[in-house]
Amino acid sequence: MPIPHGTAATRVADLSADPSVAGDGDMALVAEGLVRAFGSRKAVNNVSLRLSDGECLALFGPNGAGKTTLLRLLGGLLRPTRGRTLLHGTPLPGPSATRRLVGLISHHAMLYPALTVRENVRFAAECQGVVDAETATARVLQQLRVLDRAESPVRYLSRGLQQRVSIARALVHGPRLVLLDEPYTGLDEVGALVFTDALQALKASGATLVLITHNLAEGLLLGDRAAIMKDGQIVHEEHPVDGGFDLPRFQSLYRRLVHEAIA
Amino acid sequence: MTAPQVSASRAPAFVADAWRVARKDLLIEFRTRSAFLAATVFAVLAVAIFRFTWDPTAIPAMDLAPGVLWVIFTFSGLLGLNRSFSLELAERAYDGLLASQVSRESIFVGKVFANFVFVSAIQALAIPAVALFFGLEIGGAWGVLIGIVLLAALGLSAVGTLFAAIAANTRLAELLLPMMTLPFFVPLVIPAAQASSVVLRGLPLSSAMEWFKLLLAFDLMFVSACIVVFPFTIEE
Repeated sequence: MPIPHGTAATRVADLSADPSVAGDGDMALVAEGLVRAFGSRKAVNNVSLRLSDGECLALFGPNGAGKTTLLRLLGGLLRPTRGRTLLHGTPLPGPSATRRLVGLISHHAMLYPALTVRENVRFAAECQGVVDAETATARVLQQLRVLDRAESPVRYLSRGLQQRVSIARALVHGPRLVLLDEPYTGLDEVGALVFTDALQALKASGATLVLITHNLAEGLLLGDRAAIMKDGQIVHEEHPVDGGFDLPRFQSLYRRLVHEAIA
Repeated sequence: MTAPQVSASRAPAFVADAWRVARKDLLIEFRTRSAFLAATVFAVLAVAIFRFTWDPTAIPAMDLAPGVLWVIFTFSGLLGLNRSFSLELAERAYDGLLASQVSRESIFVGKVFANFVFVSAIQALAIPAVALFFGLEIGGAWGVLIGIVLLAALGLSAVGTLFAAIAANTRLAELLLPMMTLPFFVPLVIPAAQASSVVLRGLPLSSAMEWFKLLLAFDLMFVSACIVVFPFTIEE
């Protein structure tokens, strides 16, 4: 069943025609008409987004919907076939100075197993040009409660602890745009709480977040905006009504869309 | 969350970034020793096999030894090159590196340097092993021989790193890498083998000059070309 667009709580993903949106320079992240094709298949097909400082977009969708590809486009890890991404007015992929604004967290640990926790995070800090990498490393490890394991090689840590170290690696340089691809994978309850605290602190500091998750409750808790992707397109987008999202209604909507995708 | 101070300009950081990448790769190899051990075992086995199948009455040691040395050099080098990017892709650490401020060129130069150290270290074991098994009197030729090895190692590392980056994202990386690189190693190995043959025979250095020039030209051309091409190879 097609999902109606344009209702009170629903907006069509492409907002570029909306005269109320701020100019590109005022927005933290602007994606315009992003298309990424692999051969004849369009993994991302004409996606446009505008996010302001401190805003969190929770992005949902079935496997293969194009979420990860979109995230890689937004982070400048992939070049779009068409369209462009602007981070605080600067195109991505762009100069290395722009990349320091981006933090990337994935369900992959993105760590070197043979290096210790401290070596991994300090390496990331140095690669991002952090002036006092040692102090920044200690601070972020403390914040994510892994400082006591700082000298352990990553390969000896549990999956959940590795994920916390991975988060520390991504946040050590204080990014202004944090892209999160299934970041809760492998985290236990404590780890998830610590991580949610860290994300909320990041939001409060004005960082923009794009969160991909299959956990609707988690995503809607953090998100200031929720979107559903299907077949490379954002087919539904909404803001919270009366300060929150209606989880049962959103779940029902999501299931309808996913079932459509499977059918 | 307090944002740490980040340097605005990264222009002077090219060499520091390259060194950081190389140091990280070398530290990982030092901790795991997986590629080094495999390459060392291969080198010793290859020397032993060549030695025991060699008929000294049919081929003089001076004719065979340079060939053995460069066969070991080429194939043991491939083991290290394969490892260079597989360690990045195991947990997708490469994405973090690419999303950082480090330039693609710095990543390449860092990886080339780490591979250069790896290949040179294997040769540091292989040359004495070949000398021992084939009864070579290297004597005063050590310095020149080391020079040849370093020049060849630089070329091999540059070309090999580039192709390792290309092959890394494929399913058959370990098979594809030798197929892609070996044709490019030929113009490197031939002058290196010829120059080392001249040196080991104790002939005047001037008779190896043409081979030296060829090695140098190969290094200059391929190192420059690979630095320029590398950023394009990491685009999916």
